[in-house]
Amino acid sequence: MTATRVQVVVNGQPESFPADTTLGALISRLRPSRTGIAVAVGDDVVPRAEWDDRPLRHGDQIEILTAVQGG
Amino acid sequence: MSAAPVKLPPLVEPASELTVDEVRRYSRHLIIPDVAMDGQKRLKNARVLCVGAGGLGSPALMYLAAAGVGTLGVIEFDTVDESNLQRQIIHGQSDIGRSKAQSARDSVREINPYVNVVLHEERLDSENVMEIFSQYDLIVDGTDNFATRYLVNDACVLLNKPYVWGSIYRFDGQAAVFWSEHGPCYRCLYPEPPPPGMVPSCAEGGVLGVLCGSIGAIQVTEAIKLLTGIGEPLVGRLMIYDALEMTYRTVKVRKDPECAVCGKNPTVTELIDYEAFCGAVSEEAIEAARDSTITPATLKQWIDAGENIQIIDVREPAEYQIVSIPGATLIPKNEFIMGDALSKLPQDKRVVLHCKSGVRSAEVLALVKAAGFSDAVHVGSGIVGWVNQIEPHKPIY
Ligand SMILES: [Zn+2]
Repeated sequence: MTATRVQVVVNGQPESFPADTTLGALISRLRPSRTGIAVAVGDDVVPRAEWDDRPLRHGDQIEILTAVQGG
Repeated sequence: MSAAPVKLPPLVEPASELTVDEVRRYSRHLIIPDVAMDGQKRLKNARVLCVGAGGLGSPALMYLAAAGVGTLGVIEFDTVDESNLQRQIIHGQSDIGRSKAQSARDSVREINPYVNVVLHEERLDSENVMEIFSQYDLIVDGTDNFATRYLVNDACVLLNKPYVWGSIYRFDGQAAVFWSEHGPCYRCLYPEPPPPGMVPSCAEGGVLGVLCGSIGAIQVTEAIKLLTGIGEPLVGRLMIYDALEMTYRTVKVRKDPECAVCGKNPTVTELIDYEAFCGAVSEEAIEAARDSTITPATLKQWIDAGENIQIIDVREPAEYQIVSIPGATLIPKNEFIMGDALSKLPQDKRVVLHCKSGVRSAEVLALVKAAGFSDAVHVGSGIVGWVNQIEPHKPIY
């Protein structure tokens, strides 16, 4: 039943989620907090306001970026 | 679909002329057609402010000076410490203990005496930022904490100044130009800082010294491009550098319509309390540490008196290797957050937590107390306080 799941890559690691998972739900599962991170899908950063409306698509290359403060 | 390349006019009008000495000095710029006499005169007229003369500020100030930026401002209130010299190359051995701002000024003068250096030897805050920033064309950020980064961003949005941003940690760097008139701002990318204690600073987690050069050089490159109006600026793009993989890649960043400061309905229309916004320590940790914080002297008394205590060091193994308190057991903070460290704590002894300077141990203290270790305490000044007061022959870092 692969059709009910969507295959994506998160920070270089292949991951599989239920087909109706949104980007927002993925982040909630993988990170303890929504603050201090940015999320790129392919070559585009997705603004946080759009995370919950953006469904995962097969083959999405997702990168969760962490804000760092050093200088 | 892909947006057209951003092309911006020069930020600065050209100075009326270059002297004969300046022509000799800048000849390698002048013979590049894209820079030429016009671009060099713009640099001469430019006023650039560098926030911080530390890791990123060092290479940034040195290359901006060498490039012939006419006026360089430096905001810095700190003094040079020996542990700075691994990466803050604008300072040297003989500068230890000196004002960083003055040390940076001396180095800039040695590199290029035609640069006018303006020192702001104060801590940047909501009170002084607008007045200081308004004197400059462009802001280069080399600060080391989230609170100042959000302060700088918001002030730049309110004053419509380009914000040439960079940040570093261990082997990773990020850089971008935030300019709300032409693209996203820092909050469009990172609307809020991470929760307190989640992301270590360079003082806690370390940084490869040369990374400052890699990212600082990108910031200076972008500053020169903006000032002279050449090339495609890093507006609307984030540069991500991985030194271990040796990769640079850029991702596109759009303006966030919901952005609190540059969005359609901004909620931040004037400067806020950035220390509170970024809170170095969580509410839970502050509460836990109240009445449960001891000094190094107290810990020494307890050890000497043979009190029934167990000292737990919550730092990382690499830090423990450098220096440790006699008898302390290492259990890194993350094992309390992610793992089963609580089961390793003794039930029949009083738990004494410590880290480097008291922030991480306060966070762990909140978890430990919540788990029922109600008499647990932490050393407020950490091992830095311990070494300074009890074992001064040991190293601090
Ligand atoms: Zn914004």
